[in-house]
Amino acid sequence: MDLLLDAIVLGLLVGCFYAAVSVGLSVAFGLLDVPHIAHPAFLVLGAYGTYMLNRMGWDPILAGVALMPAFMLLGIAVYRFYYETFERRGSDAGLRGLAFFFGVVFIVEVGLVMVFGVDQRLVEAPYIGKSLAVGDMRLPLRLLVAFAMALVLTIGLSLYLSKTFTGRAIKAVAQDETALRLMGANPVRIKQWAFGIATAVTGLAGALLIIVGPVEPTIDRVYIGRTFCVVVLAGLGSMSGTLVAGIILGISESIVLTLLGASWAPAVSFGLLLVMLGIRPQGLFGR
Amino acid sequence: MKTNGYGFWIGSAVVLALACIAAATIKNEYYFFAAYIVVQFVVLATAWNILGGYAGYVNFGTSAFFGVGAYIAVMLIKWMNLPLGLQIVAAACVGGALGFAVGLLTLRLRGIFFSIATVAVTIILETAVINWRFVGGATGVQILRPPVMEPFDSYTKMLFVCAVILAIIAVAIARYIETSWIGRGLRAIRDNEEAAECTGVPTLKLKLAACAISGALMSAAGAPLAMYQSFVEPASAFNLTYSVSALAMPIIGGTSHWIGPVIGALLLGTVQQVVTVTISSELNVLVVGVLLVVFVVGAPQGIVGLFVKLREKIKGKNI
Amino acid sequence: MTEWSFDVQTMTEPLLKITSVTKRFGGFTALDGVNLAVAQGERFGLIGPNGSGKTTLINCISGALRNEGGSIQFSGEEVSKLPAYQRTRRGIARSFQIPRPFTSMTVLENLLVPLEFVAHRNSLLRPDTRAEAMEILQSISLADKAGTPSNQLSQVELRKMELARAMAARPRLLISDEAMAGLSGNEIDEVLGILFKLNETGITIIMIEHIMQAVMRFSQRVVCLDAGKIICEGTPTTIVANADVQRAYLGA
Repeated sequence: MDLLLDAIVLGLLVGCFYAAVSVGLSVAFGLLDVPHIAHPAFLVLGAYGTYMLNRMGWDPILAGVALMPAFMLLGIAVYRFYYETFERRGSDAGLRGLAFFFGVVFIVEVGLVMVFGVDQRLVEAPYIGKSLAVGDMRLPLRLLVAFAMALVLTIGLSLYLSKTFTGRAIKAVAQDETALRLMGANPVRIKQWAFGIATAVTGLAGALLIIVGPVEPTIDRVYIGRTFCVVVLAGLGSMSGTLVAGIILGISESIVLTLLGASWAPAVSFGLLLVMLGIRPQGLFGR
Repeated sequence: MKTNGYGFWIGSAVVLALACIAAATIKNEYYFFAAYIVVQFVVLATAWNILGGYAGYVNFGTSAFFGVGAYIAVMLIKWMNLPLGLQIVAAACVGGALGFAVGLLTLRLRGIFFSIATVAVTIILETAVINWRFVGGATGVQILRPPVMEPFDSYTKMLFVCAVILAIIAVAIARYIETSWIGRGLRAIRDNEEAAECTGVPTLKLKLAACAISGALMSAAGAPLAMYQSFVEPASAFNLTYSVSALAMPIIGGTSHWIGPVIGALLLGTVQQVVTVTISSELNVLVVGVLLVVFVVGAPQGIVGLFVKLREKIKGKNI
Repeated sequence: MTEWSFDVQTMTEPLLKITSVTKRFGGFTALDGVNLAVAQGERFGLIGPNGSGKTTLINCISGALRNEGGSIQFSGEEVSKLPAYQRTRRGIARSFQIPRPFTSMTVLENLLVPLEFVAHRNSLLRPDTRAEAMEILQSISLADKAGTPSNQLSQVELRKMELARAMAARPRLLISDEAMAGLSGNEIDEVLGILFKLNETGITIIMIEHIMQAVMRFSQRVVCLDAGKIICEGTPTTIVANADVQRAYLGA
């Protein structure tokens, strides 16, 4: 029983972290409808960026924040490119857009392998390696830090989308592009900005990724499952849903881990994703 | 780009004859070892194109089907030592069923969900095999090759000829689909699914059929892997690089004509073999990724499209 | 004259009978208990302001959407549970408000899809579908574009191709969804002419249109939808004079 309680608490912490690594995708795929299968690869890119800055003595979270402007620009550039080459030309955009991002995944992976090698990489910080005793439980401090940051990130983005003018415009563009165009706003520019924000958030989330555990160039593959699982589970584009979905995934994974062992872990998110697609593709909170 | 029916079969016969002659005359086994991989990719790329190229549903899970084929073969060898031909047939059946099941689950949804689902199936199957002792778990399983059959003098050569036969079958199926009403229906689905449905195309049925046929061919291509390597492990049998290659080859060659995947597989497959041997296997994945992106952006109709354009230009000048 | 024919037609079994059809999107009721009957051979107009549910209604008829409540009967058979392609095979064809050509195909090939999947799907012999497609194209004077890729057509040519593709499914009921939007006066006349000609061959036609003159000239009977409900039904002259219709359109 204690084991199960442990699993649930750990799952809750990890789940918020999963939400944080997925919010970027929730905007890019859920709201903007970009088949961004390279999202996890960008996440890993953020983790390696953090690793580099950490080697220069930066705190990983600070490093993640510092990466955000660069990632923002990257996101804007990627969306602009995607728009010009696929979205604007219309037909076949689905097939070719997907193939494009799939190609990007492998380019990023191999690029990282060539620069950093296949070995696992870690960051150093005062809160990594220590743990906090709560009752009988020992909670790793790095998880708690990631948990807190994840909450800030997810709630922050959610507030940005619902409270600010630009945020609302982003949500509007997802619902009715033509109406927005009639109102005189430029949907492409809004989408470009939104994709930039999503990518910037992903950069910071990448820092959390390497705080939570060691990172290797192909770790993005597991996160294809985790991030898409969270986004689909939440219902496309639902920010509050993302947090709940992340926690559901986190707890499920941690229970499976406890009961069946670590070798089954990768199948949990993908399995949950498949089940959702089969029975309720609109997600838990979708219409 | 019309190909006359007889021309195709004569061409196939010539290819098969050449493969047999090569097997009989060339001594260096390494060539067959490398050529087998290239031909195997002709099967995978052609199979991918049946659903991906014609109907526009992007399968990221070629490696799932390929790996299932390889492990079906492993199971049949371990259980009752069935011959290669039966392994391939059984793998095709299971692959077809898997394609049908995945399709049934997600082909009603938008294309990207199908794509994501195929990645999911890959990882789930890999995880299941890793946790399955009978087939060796994560460390893999060693396979003893039976003695080679007459008239071949080496197992690799036999597998090579077998792969060539598989490739001809795959291309013939793809070609039949492409030139028949099925192909027209699939293309209508790719262009506009709702309009296709409203002009009488049973879209779900056609997609399911394409997905099952494509999956069957992919699994068939995976079955000989066990014998080819004498060793199968989940990490290599379910490797996502099969997925990206099988997707990149038709896109580079051109998805609208059956010859596209063949050209793409022969070209990219050969380049991959050369790069893997001379430089590194990492770089070979990078080459695939970069070429995929370059073609998808710069030449969406692939090499076939470039060729058609060139021909039109020359024609235009003549007139 | 038109009023007469309407009375006579309703005596027989209607070709399309819609009974209390309802469709919701989330909390929004797009169709609220719609009843309709369209007679064999009728020219039927469906009007209503934007967002009134016209397109939802024909999506429910053609099978692109499933209605939640009520029944849709086509020549006596309940079709509301059938997938769209089955309905097309039973004789319901449509064109789209925004044309949806099969862009990778030529104009002729666009017509081959319904010819192969509907008209000749059970033929054992290989009928000359190309000649048949050509014939249809000639009948609407689009034959010179037969070999043109369908993504290179002008607006009016696209509209005509949509109608030709619907005709190739050999329908008994043709639903024309704003086939005249964005066309010039002459072009509207041309498309109207095609629809009249089709109707003369016995095809029942439902026309959804914003261009009032066209609907009024074409239809024998008109129904006006507003907020998912039928607010008025009658001959073009009575509809134009109807106070509810004027209110719905002018928002007064």
